[in-house]
Amino acid sequence: MELSRRDAIAALAAVGIGTGGVALYRSDVFDDGSTDGEATLDDPVDTMIALATVVYPSEVSGIDEFVETYVVGRVEDDETHERRTVQALTHLEGYASDEFGDSFVDLSPDERDAVLRDLGIQSARPNPDGSDVERIRYYLVNELLYALFTSPTGGELVGHENPPGHGGGLDSYQRGPDA
Amino acid sequence: MSVSTTVTDEADRSPSERVDVCVVGAGPAGALAAYSLAERGHDVVILEAGPRFSFEDRLRRMERFLRPAYDWLDVWEMGGDRDAYASTGELHYPLNTTRIKGIGGTTLHWLGLVPRYHEKDFEMESRYGIGEDWPISYDDLRPYYAEVEREMGVAGAEDNPFEPPRESPFPMDAFPPSYADSLFGEACEALDIAMHSTPQARNSETYDGRSQCVGYGTCAPACPSGAKYTAEVHVAKAEAEGARVIDRAPVQRLAHDDSGGRLEAVEYATPDGETHRQEARQVVLACGAIETPRLLLLSESDRYPDGLANSSGAVGRYLMEHPFAGTDGLLLDETRQNHVGFITSECHQFYDHEESTPGSLKLEFINNAEPSPVEIALGDGSWGDDLVGAIRRESGNSLRIGALVEQLPREENRVQLDTSRTDDHGNPVPDVVWSVGDHAIETMRYAQRIQRRILDEMGARITGQTDPHTPGAARHPMGTTRMGSDPETSVVDARLRTHDLENLTIASSSVFPTGGAMNPTLTIGALSLLAAEYVDEDL
Ligand SMILES: Cc1cc2nc3c(=O)[nH]c(=O)nc-3n(C[C@H](O)[C@H](O)[C@H](O)COP(=O)(O)OP(=O)(O)OC[C@H]3O[C@@H](n4cnc5c(N)ncnc54)[C@H](O)[C@@H]3O)c2cc1C
Ligand code: SF4
Repeated sequence: MELSRRDAIAALAAVGIGTGGVALYRSDVFDDGSTDGEATLDDPVDTMIALATVVYPSEVSGIDEFVETYVVGRVEDDETHERRTVQALTHLEGYASDEFGDSFVDLSPDERDAVLRDLGIQSARPNPDGSDVERIRYYLVNELLYALFTSPTGGELVGHENPPGHGGGLDSYQRGPDA
Repeated sequence: MSVSTTVTDEADRSPSERVDVCVVGAGPAGALAAYSLAERGHDVVILEAGPRFSFEDRLRRMERFLRPAYDWLDVWEMGGDRDAYASTGELHYPLNTTRIKGIGGTTLHWLGLVPRYHEKDFEMESRYGIGEDWPISYDDLRPYYAEVEREMGVAGAEDNPFEPPRESPFPMDAFPPSYADSLFGEACEALDIAMHSTPQARNSETYDGRSQCVGYGTCAPACPSGAKYTAEVHVAKAEAEGARVIDRAPVQRLAHDDSGGRLEAVEYATPDGETHRQEARQVVLACGAIETPRLLLLSESDRYPDGLANSSGAVGRYLMEHPFAGTDGLLLDETRQNHVGFITSECHQFYDHEESTPGSLKLEFINNAEPSPVEIALGDGSWGDDLVGAIRRESGNSLRIGALVEQLPREENRVQLDTSRTDDHGNPVPDVVWSVGDHAIETMRYAQRIQRRILDEMGARITGQTDPHTPGAARHPMGTTRMGSDPETSVVDARLRTHDLENLTIASSSVFPTGGAMNPTLTIGALSLLAAEYVDEDL
């Protein structure tokens, strides 16, 4: 299932962000990401893309452009969201380098998956105001899943071409599974 | 995710010079009355307890609904001391999920189904010897039904053989049935059960400058396209006709004159901690069926120690709801849920009944019988390919048939004041006392027998049914300031004016003497327009 920039724009529309056709670049949006001297992030968008390769089902392709468009659009004009996203990424990065000896981006897919499991993401409450792990679930993992499953391509992965959160018109509800 | 209410703190919330009409509450009842009166040239002030929510935030409100980090109350910022309540009846009444405070009122998160009541609903006592007769009939309300359908913008079709007589087509074409409806349809046909469209205040085409429905699928609690009607529409129309709206201005009490026969002023609080008095020649109370009686009870005085407009003792009593009885099933085939957020087919065949019990019921064929992919994805805790497996396991094959059923008015079901706890302004909180009663229990059982027959005919496996003794409420509170011709037993008369105070009118489902089993808001709107005509006559 190929994700497209159109999917990302649909996902952004679902959070109230119109991109107005303007291409956004990551450098226009994110600060360099370094916070209080802990681990530093080379590039928040690369880390998000690396995370998406684990969080998204293996059938999904076109992740890079989708995630970049979505993540950059999402934090543009929302400083709090940007700051908290970067904080959560920094925490993820810190854990990866402390426990796995490498930057999250440079870990293998299995190692990235292990980072999430070790952190306990599977049972963490997604909470924007919670602990570091709860924020990773909210700002990173669930953010990526929200983008995917409110986009038509994400919906199609599970047989649902007009998932809630996406204003996909009035045809799909009338169609049967074989149409 | 920052979603803040539009802060209008700099707004001037001081009262206007004595106005013609003060409307309390900016839900559909208040908004329609205010618009109707402002349009007739009257000077109108609307006082609304909640804020004005900006339309630009609506997608973020939808996101709050879809993300498990938030709960239902977070979507429209309900809860906390402002909305504290008690519920001491047999069944818990989840008050804060039944209402929204803000410009638009509860229609901000309603679903928008707007059937008319049937003739029998107005004649329960004469026809069946139970409940009460209304002092007005279906025919009295009929022109107002048509008017409110035009005002809200209702999509519907005349394919419903059980609908009471109507004079003109619906303003918009109905939404076609869903794929799931077609699955139910085959079984219903075999069982001689009729399915038909259901009228809804949702745009099947562009209407009144608002978007066509685009299928976000989150109608209740938030429609980001504006296709679903909310009472913000008529608040804006009232403002365009010159009405003034003061938000975040909860009314604390109603003050009467020395004679006790007329209201003088409406006292309201503002966010700066001040209290103001808005003087008005006429007052329309439109605070919903819980806060309307509460405000009357809070407005006790030496002259009226049991609360205002309460010489009958009926204020707060006879609370009714529509208990919701559902049956869930699973089919081997896909049922295509959650492509839109609303119901497209219903069955009103069992509404008009011969015997008194079982009473009226309305069957709803649900298009949202299971959690959606995004809700499962964000709540499950798995990711990657495991997550696809989880979504496929938890969704895809569900079916649900729901029913709203009729509940009779019972004195002991009521809204009273709980003096042991106060709200953010120091007022005793409402205590909602609710129980179901035998008539509704038997009607739910009957509804569920029909639901089971349909699901069995489809070859579905039945996975659950509502326990008729502990049903949920459809969130349609009614009856707490009932209408009647006898001042000994009712609170308002046939013109919706209180028997006790000559310039106090109530626009709300609180005036319904009986509740039927149809969603109430079209009837609320029709009564509101009727009430506005009488208020106009008095001005
Ligand atoms: C989830 C849900 C789905 C629903 N779906 C449907 C449906 O499909 N069809 C249908 O017909 N009905 C539906 N309803 C019910 C419908 O929303 C209500 O019947 C309708 O909104 C009632 O209108 P109202 O104006 O009387 O009250 P509300 O809409 O509740 O408005 C009352 C207003 O008064 C304000 N207020 C209260 N007290 C004060 C005070 N002291 N001072 C100032 N202001 C005050 C409140 O803040 C509020 O804004 C649904 C309700 C819920 C909760
Ligand atoms: S399905 Fe239609 S009415 Fe419902 S939320 Fe979407 S656009 Fe609004």
